[in-house]
Amino acid sequence: MNVTQLSLFLENRPGHLLNALKVMADENINILTLTIAEVSDFGIVRMIVTKPQKAIEALRAHKFVCSPTDVLAIELDDKPGSLLRALEIFAKRNLNIEYMYAFTEKRGDKAVMIFKFSDIETAKKSLLEEGFNVIKKIDLIGE
Amino acid sequence: MFNKEYESMEVKKLKELQLERLRWSLKHAYNNVAHYKNAFDKARFNPDKFSSLDDLKHVPFLMKQTMRDSYPYGLFAVPLEKVIRIHSSSGTTGNATVAGYTRNDIEVWAELIARSIVGAGGSEKDIVQDAYGYGLFTGGLGLHYGAEKLGATVIPVSAGNTERQLMLIKDFGTTILVCTPSYAVNMADYAEKKMPDYDFKKTKLKAGIFGAEPWTQSMRKEIENRMGIDAYDIYGLSEVMGPGVSCECSQKSGLHIFEDHFYVEVIDPETGEVLPEGEQGEIVYTSLTKEACPVIRYRSRDITRIYRDSCKCGRTMIKMEKVTGRSDDMLIIRGVNVFPMQIEAVLMEVEGTEPHYQIIVDRKGALDDVEIKVEVNEKIFTDQLGVLKGITERIEQRIRSVLGISAKITLVEPSTLQRSEGKAKRVIDKRNL
Repeated sequence: MNVTQLSLFLENRPGHLLNALKVMADENINILTLTIAEVSDFGIVRMIVTKPQKAIEALRAHKFVCSPTDVLAIELDDKPGSLLRALEIFAKRNLNIEYMYAFTEKRGDKAVMIFKFSDIETAKKSLLEEGFNVIKKIDLIGE
Repeated sequence: MFNKEYESMEVKKLKELQLERLRWSLKHAYNNVAHYKNAFDKARFNPDKFSSLDDLKHVPFLMKQTMRDSYPYGLFAVPLEKVIRIHSSSGTTGNATVAGYTRNDIEVWAELIARSIVGAGGSEKDIVQDAYGYGLFTGGLGLHYGAEKLGATVIPVSAGNTERQLMLIKDFGTTILVCTPSYAVNMADYAEKKMPDYDFKKTKLKAGIFGAEPWTQSMRKEIENRMGIDAYDIYGLSEVMGPGVSCECSQKSGLHIFEDHFYVEVIDPETGEVLPEGEQGEIVYTSLTKEACPVIRYRSRDITRIYRDSCKCGRTMIKMEKVTGRSDDMLIIRGVNVFPMQIEAVLMEVEGTEPHYQIIVDRKGALDDVEIKVEVNEKIFTDQLGVLKGITERIEQRIRSVLGISAKITLVEPSTLQRSEGKAKRVIDKRNL
């Protein structure tokens, strides 16, 4: 149920993201969504990709530093206030979000958000009890 | 001990031996090398009247520049037909310096290396993998002849081709690795990244003798832990002989200087005044037995301390501390003296930071600006930006409190800083450009 996110260290300089993406394109890896967190001179690229393990191996072979991180993909109604209600439940359950970002594609009439919780197992348990649809890895990235 | 008679000689007898040999060496230099004749005459120093070790302070220093100016054979004291080998420094910072060796010089050098290997726990039963560069550089051939003299089995692989180095360690049953400390770290990195099944602990490797560049105690710990060995420091300089001027013993606390062949003084690098034993300064070498290229009061620029203790290993020879820097590596940053080694020590102290770094000094307006680039590796990388940022802040803060300078830490991608299998290029000083 946990989704493997690929986290990649990059210097904040022209061409560096390009080089990393080229490595993945050459391996025929599709990026489903991508977000960048940065400070002035470096950043962390976070991606959901089709073949995370292969992507990590390929990037490491090209001397990039990267690591897999477990995150949860949660389905939300694509309606005003639905994220708010989700966050209210997280707060009530005392679940800390380290970061989150949206998925580019909709699934039917639902939106998908990626959440990195401090404690993924507790979060998963709570969310299932609350009736959230936590999307399975296989439904999200295939294989 | 390889040569117990000399290595554990009573200090009083040792000093008598030094005086006797020094008188020969001074006369040999004076009579056969124009530079020494001119310099001694100018200083009104008469080597025939030399009667006490203390008198050496009246003898002029030999500067590195003089060596460069004497390129190639200007300081040779014997005709070339007596010289059986030439070595030379890399000459990256000016003209190369050239050293010649007579047959006897090579014999002495080999013995001193043999003593060093024994100091590091080696014997004729060991298999020594010599991964110093072979060639003009003194490391490769120096260790080679010494290991042979001891009767150990030598694998003359030279530097480079890391994968083969690791394979040889495993397949040939290498017990002692000799190379530069930065290359040892490279090997450990390589094994970890490219050969995940490689386990140093399953090899027969038990010790490493590392030298040719300064390294820190924390680097020693890192190499020892990662390779599962004891790491010993060997020291030397091609101008004086090559590696084997001094070497650590089982105690790993200070390097015994082979005083039956070298007389050492520590001076204040500013004034040239000889400092009492135990004070830190620049170490100055005088050769006692060298035939081809005697050196009299050679200013090494290496900063250290010399002291005599009663070492548990039984050697009576004076000790020097691990060299903490070179007076010509010293950076003066906003008026503060900084040695790259000190920065390295801070980086090592911050957990997981391997010493792949580069110090870049530039001038912004009237102020010196320091940037330290540190390569990120799998060990320190985390998905959390705040934690990564925290590492840079911790390094900055430690550098401020330990060295008294502020430096900007920049994390860079792995393998982007210049690597070397010889000496590491740690400093880029753009201020003079």
